[in-house]
Amino acid sequence: MSKESATPVLSARDIHKHFGALAVLDGVDFSVGADEAVGIVGPNGAGKTTLLNVLAGSLEPNGGSVWFHDQQINGTSATQRSRLGIGRAFRIPRPFGDMTVFENVFVSASSGGGLRGSRCYERCLEVLDLCGLTPLANRRAESLGLLHRKRLELARALATDPVVVLLDEIGGGLTDEEATELVLTIKQLRAQGVAIVWIEHIVHVLLQVVDRLVCMNAGRVIVDGDPDSVLRDEAVIDAYLGSGVV
Amino acid sequence: MNPLRTTGLSVQRWTKVSRAFTGGAGLLVVVLAFFPMFMSANVVQKLTALFILIMIASMWNALAGYGGLVSVGQQAYIGIGAYGTVWFAHHGVPPYPAMFLAIILAGAISVVFSFLLLRLTGGQFSIATWVVAAAFTVIVSLDKGLGAGTGISLIELNQYGPEHRQDYTYWFALGATAVLLIVLFVLLRSRMGSSLQAIRDDEQAAASVGVRVMAGKRVLYIFAAVGFGAAGAMTLANTLFIQPNSIFSVQWTAFAIFMVLVGGLGTFEGPVLGAILLFLIQDWFADLGVWYLIGLGVVAILFALLLPRGLWGTIEERFGLQLMPVGYRVRGLGRSPGADSGPLEEADATEAAAQT
Repeated sequence: MSKESATPVLSARDIHKHFGALAVLDGVDFSVGADEAVGIVGPNGAGKTTLLNVLAGSLEPNGGSVWFHDQQINGTSATQRSRLGIGRAFRIPRPFGDMTVFENVFVSASSGGGLRGSRCYERCLEVLDLCGLTPLANRRAESLGLLHRKRLELARALATDPVVVLLDEIGGGLTDEEATELVLTIKQLRAQGVAIVWIEHIVHVLLQVVDRLVCMNAGRVIVDGDPDSVLRDEAVIDAYLGSGVV
Repeated sequence: MNPLRTTGLSVQRWTKVSRAFTGGAGLLVVVLAFFPMFMSANVVQKLTALFILIMIASMWNALAGYGGLVSVGQQAYIGIGAYGTVWFAHHGVPPYPAMFLAIILAGAISVVFSFLLLRLTGGQFSIATWVVAAAFTVIVSLDKGLGAGTGISLIELNQYGPEHRQDYTYWFALGATAVLLIVLFVLLRSRMGSSLQAIRDDEQAAASVGVRVMAGKRVLYIFAAVGFGAAGAMTLANTLFIQPNSIFSVQWTAFAIFMVLVGGLGTFEGPVLGAILLFLIQDWFADLGVWYLIGLGVVAILFALLLPRGLWGTIEERFGLQLMPVGYRVRGLGRSPGADSGPLEEADATEAAAQT
């Protein structure tokens, strides 16, 4: 079933993660190529966010290995992975509330991005522009609405100048119009050569960006392939979409 | 992304007002340095006490307001600064160099405790800091060489005449306060300053954008310990006598919280304002005994209810005024220049414009 990308930038091999007796990830293989956008779908509790946490370094797996290019990165912290070039956006936005939008992005560009001085400012302004946040640059982040919080989440991930970004349901809770705007931004990212891993329940939004789809269920990858064939797969229909949809 | 679209924007840190104020603050320190020459001993002693309060407030704010480290145990380092001075002086170091060594000792001890305490977060961290302070109280109370529970004097200071002693202590306190505030200002304006604020707001999110969380917290914790150590050494020099139960008292933290909350948590200027306010209240009302403490409590409650951002936090929010700016402002967003650092209502209008 699995389709290996030609040059994986980030990959996970035979990942196991359990919380007590509950096996949340049960032998997951996953990879994303340097030029790829991969969507991850699956029912609630399938282990999608846990997989993202393992890839981002927020959780250490109980078994298996995580690779960045050809370097094994098990045991490295979230901080180190950000500095390597793995950016992430949380499902529930986690802005630095007491700081301005610009300062939020500045922290990313100066820490994860390692940029200094005017180059750092330029990068921040570029990212704010890309994410449509420039007019709000001086606003305190905690005063932002949901759409702008999500954009800020994305902007912060981008300011670290990532090779790959991990997005967790950043379309959730948005209106169709807002989600479409977000898709445009993410498409621009792809155009810049950033690899994308995107967990999303709003499948029609996801399909506008990704060229590979992975479906998870009960801690395993059940199907991995091009989006059309994945959505037609019996196992995916059974586990996630339901027979009335397709 | 088209770089041309971002031209016309610039990032501003200083304003004319803040430059003028910072220059004025520097001048004030110079003027204050001459005070002992024409002010009475009483005024000099009171100002020394004010400098100690400013140190305590600013250091506590650095920890809690900028680093999210709500410590209720910084009195440990006040005590170490004071008792360290006594110890070094009893071992032949002249009193003022002994104070300097005690301040370094406070920093060194904080390095050790940082490995234990900074593993904890939130309430656990707070309580653990208090436990450490309580442990030091017990250790000192059991040490007869340090006067045990009855306290001890810095008799070595008697080698100076009373008027000189007061002046030297004043200069030491003024110098320490100025150096601490300058270092804090430079730290907060550096990249680490914004990283620390990110840690305060969300540790996990900060790590996910590459912030070295533990290193940042450690630098801040050690720096604050040095500051509290200085406050302790100066307290001893100003009062000449210390007892473990008072120098390690949690009341220092209560005062620190009062000054920072009233002045403005997470603002550079607020704690200085809070310290001045507490100093005036102490000066005017301390004779009222228990009513003075009740009054302090009432003031704190009123601030929490009516001005939760504190005096300076409210001024900053209403008028966009920053005298000692540690943040960043983007200029040239298509509004009048003043509005870039302007009040919230104008920023709201901006968001409305962005949504259309």
